[in-house]
Amino acid sequence: MHEWALAEAIIYTVTEIAEREKFKEVTRVDVKVGELQQVDLETIKFALTQLRRGKLEKTEFRIEPIKAKLKCRICEHVWNFDKNKLEEEVAEAIHFVPEVAHSFIKCPSCGAQDFEFVEGRRMYIESVSGVK
Amino acid sequence: MQDPRIKVIEHRLSKVNNIIAVSSGKGGVGKSVIASLLALLLAKKGYRVGLMDLDFTSPSTHLILGAKGLFPQEKEGIVPPTFENIKFMSIVYFSKDKALSLRGQDFSDSFIEILAITKWDKLDYLILDMPPGINDATLDVIRYIKKVKFIIVTTSSILSLSTAKKLIDALNILNIEIIGVIENMKSEQTHTIMEKLDGAKTKFLGEIPFDPKLERCFGKPQMILTTKVSRELEKIVDKILT
Ligand SMILES: Nc1ncnc2c1ncn2[C@@H]1O[C@H](COP(=O)(O)OP(=O)(O)OP(=O)(O)O)[C@@H](O)[C@H]1O
Ligand SMILES: [Mg+2]
Ligand SMILES: [Zn+2]
Repeated sequence: MHEWALAEAIIYTVTEIAEREKFKEVTRVDVKVGELQQVDLETIKFALTQLRRGKLEKTEFRIEPIKAKLKCRICEHVWNFDKNKLEEEVAEAIHFVPEVAHSFIKCPSCGAQDFEFVEGRRMYIESVSGVK
Repeated sequence: MQDPRIKVIEHRLSKVNNIIAVSSGKGGVGKSVIASLLALLLAKKGYRVGLMDLDFTSPSTHLILGAKGLFPQEKEGIVPPTFENIKFMSIVYFSKDKALSLRGQDFSDSFIEILAITKWDKLDYLILDMPPGINDATLDVIRYIKKVKFIIVTTSSILSLSTAKKLIDALNILNIEIIGVIENMKSEQTHTIMEKLDGAKTKFLGEIPFDPKLERCFGKPQMILTTKVSRELEKIVDKILT
């Protein structure tokens, strides 16, 4: 599962932040996950509890999805990403490398493939709290 | 708002001993041919080799090697498939060889994504086939892969050499190691490139002749290894390895 690779990335990054902030213990981590990547949130949560150690032993991980919004650079139309409109193979490719959406998705209004991801493309760590 | 993928990249590449970007500045000088052959030659010598095609818009190493019907394995990340003893990674697994035009940030995002999830494990050499130009891919490789070294390819044309020199200057300013320069598709017996490079303080690695038979070997890795191009590149490889 490639969710494990992403969970591992979160653990490494939070560990580094905890060192930098001199936290004795990390209490809570807020992660936002863009829906474009169709990451399975339960799998990420499970992977996080399996991979954590040290200062992250008791951390509460809050993971929230963000709707993926696309905007056409040609006609400025904005629309929501809908996985269900895609073939399974295409959805899988976008799951691994979301930018390949540019090979498969067209602006529903004008047909252009020159669009940007306004929201919901990536995963990011919104906040890390802990006790010093 | 930290992107957790950045931090994991160094861990993913921690067991890769040498990372070599085959780059040029000018397009169409033979980077993809040389990167593919370099991977084949190193694998033939028994090294553990990976090849990553970073030309997302016009990937070609899969065509040169004839790597068809491959897909990475999903295993706590993705494991690149092995082809001719080369761990091979290309955007074509995901773009399915459809057109893919990416603007700057989208290029960076896909580059970071692939580096963050690909499990190369132990490698002696990871070869990167760079797209033409000194732009997104070059800057991102330098930014995210600290231990990268460059091989620069040029033709005998001064048009190609002048961009190669700019690339050399840019890399020197950033203190990035340049293994050397290869002159490719040579058709005349002159030493112009070697002489003109003199001022650039960069090692001249050797020349590879223009070989009209090369094209018909594409897709057949064992045949490519029998070409003149391969024989000359092998001499260069032996020089680099010592
Ligand atoms: N030594 C050679 N002899 C004959 N043909 C060659 C040689 N080297 C490269 N070629 C041919 O030149 C063309 C360009 O090569 P290649 O695609 O490797 O260049 P490139 O630098 O990767 O191009 P791009 O900048 O588009 O990525 C190809 O058709 C290839 O077959
Ligand atoms: Mg190329
Ligand atoms: Zn549009």
